[in-house]
Amino acid sequence: MHLLEVKNLTVSFDTSVGVFNAVKGIDIHVDAREVLAIVGESGSGKSVAMLAVMGLLPPTATVSADKMTFDGKDLLAMSAADRRKIIGKDVAMIFQEPMTSLNPCFTVGFQIEEVLRFHLGMDKAKRRARAVELLDQVGIPNPAERLKSYPHQMSGGQNQRVMIAMAIACNPKLLIADEPTTALDVTIQKQILDLLVRLQAEHGMGLIMITHNIGVVAETADRVVVQYKGRKMEEAGVLELFTAPKSSYTRALLAALPDNATGDRLPTITGTNFEEAV
Amino acid sequence: MATVLEAKNLVRDYHIGGTLFGGGRTVHAVKGVSFKLEQGKTLAIVGESGSGKSTLARILTLIDRQTDGELLIDGETIDIKKTGVTAAMRRKVQIVFQNPYGSLNPRQKIGNVLMEPLLLNTDMPAAERRERALDMLVKVGLQPEHFNRYPHMFSGGQRQRIAIARAIILKPSLLVLDEPVSALDLSVQAQILNLLADLQDEFGLTYVFISHDLSVVKYIADEVMVMYLGEAVEQGTRDKLFSNPEHPYTRSLFAATPRADVESIKARLAKKAALASA
Ligand SMILES: Nc1ncnc2c1ncn2[C@@H]1O[C@H](COP(=O)(O)OP(=O)(O)OP(=O)(O)O)[C@@H](O)[C@H]1O
Ligand SMILES: Nc1ncnc2c1ncn2[C@@H]1O[C@H](COP(=O)(O)OP(=O)(O)OP(=O)(O)O)[C@@H](O)[C@H]1O
Ligand SMILES: [Mg+2]
Ligand SMILES: [Mg+2]
Repeated sequence: MHLLEVKNLTVSFDTSVGVFNAVKGIDIHVDAREVLAIVGESGSGKSVAMLAVMGLLPPTATVSADKMTFDGKDLLAMSAADRRKIIGKDVAMIFQEPMTSLNPCFTVGFQIEEVLRFHLGMDKAKRRARAVELLDQVGIPNPAERLKSYPHQMSGGQNQRVMIAMAIACNPKLLIADEPTTALDVTIQKQILDLLVRLQAEHGMGLIMITHNIGVVAETADRVVVQYKGRKMEEAGVLELFTAPKSSYTRALLAALPDNATGDRLPTITGTNFEEAV
Repeated sequence: MATVLEAKNLVRDYHIGGTLFGGGRTVHAVKGVSFKLEQGKTLAIVGESGSGKSTLARILTLIDRQTDGELLIDGETIDIKKTGVTAAMRRKVQIVFQNPYGSLNPRQKIGNVLMEPLLLNTDMPAAERRERALDMLVKVGLQPEHFNRYPHMFSGGQRQRIAIARAIILKPSLLVLDEPVSALDLSVQAQILNLLADLQDEFGLTYVFISHDLSVVKYIADEVMVMYLGEAVEQGTRDKLFSNPEHPYTRSLFAATPRADVESIKARLAKKAALASA
């Protein structure tokens, strides 16, 4: 049994100009202690697919799937109230845009402690201590002092780390990390990736990592899914992906690394339509 | 070549907590940064998360005022406290914010987001404004049908491209880009970097480009500045910085950059397998 198993997921949006199919029948699974990386085109449905698993899409979205189970529980059949007990606790997500996911009206300390109160019922002293510990783990200096800051008083990368602290606060069984290190310099990125890998080893956490950063894929992933225009183009073990990419889209993507610049312009792939090679 | 931008010992302190009468504490976000940038060149700024890069970007684009030090644009000292920001300065200087969603009005359709700067700053007729906006949309890899959509209907990387399109539509002579490609897949990133290079060649635009991605910096920069704890700890030409990094923080950046070569992946997988069977 997989920790998370999703079969034939589709998501469409009702817009003023008709229906838009953002995710067109995708299978995803991940096991405990495993790292699945999802890479692919900007706008290919990576975030939307994971928000569908979390049950966090807006009402204009229609989600369907043949199967969606977490830890043996059927997420599709589950009541909204039961789902709320799992989401944020056993399944947590680091959202792509930290500034829009944090509440500007509350200190970051309050927001982290609120997660601990709601899901774990910790008392005030324990919450405070755990919040300090979490900020420290994500590399924020003077954590006790920093808990009093509001999001607008923090840098982009500091807010991103607050989001990470909130997501790992309850030691989730599954962590979905959507571009978790985009605002971090590589030294802190390394510290965060090491932390996530350690949590995996210690708690058997499963990790889905959405990223555009090929280096992050190479340094963390066991398995990789490549997405393009709402479809899965390829799925492969990480080594296989780098040594023998099957789909022409994957090959084109890897070719666009800035290190591969020839002359003073980079290779691009606009106008090409790629076929899946799953 | 003319010097477009000059910073002389720029300082920015934030006072947080406390009251009108004192108390609280002071964050020294930028501690005396100086540099000169010539027309048509690109200065890349890299540095630790929280080291003052976005704070500096806001000062350079006249959104925020330095606590101390002098800012010169086209050789003239700028003091927004005395003169305010004139329409001419707005046309000249643009910024792409690190957090694109926060900088977009949720109730404004994307077409209007792009046409607004043209409406406010030029006497272009409506039909031409529309054409220019559509053209720009396509140049950043979006589609004409996106014209009537609202910001929340886009993916993270699509919103980032909208912010870029809005900033370059007036062809500002000085453009400050704060992590502008962090949410883009490699192929779209290549397209955007090429577009910026084209604009620079054609119109002699000057860029300040903040990024955590050293391979992007290596591709795009003429000059590089490394920030650490509010200070510019190393400055120089791209070639010098990449071939002979001097400051320990710069060196730690190179050391922490994730490696995507096959040998490194193999070594990591072997280590994980060994840990799992132990
Ligand atoms: N609320 C919405 N209404 C209509 N379309 C939407 C909505 N939200 C997302 N979309 C569309 O769904 C598609 C998938 O979006 P998604 O955010 O999953 O992309 P992504 O793969 O995460 O891209 P990125 O790498 O840029 O973050 C995009 O084309 C986007 O424009
Ligand atoms: N409005 C504010 N009030 C108080 N402190 C602030 C404010 N804005 C920024 N700071 C602090 O100033 C420092 C520099 O922040 P800045 O956003 O410039 O960093 P950065 O280099 O852009 O980091 P990142 O790479 O994470 O985006 C940080 O310690 C931040 O917490
Ligand atoms: Mg996304
Ligand atoms: Mg910043």
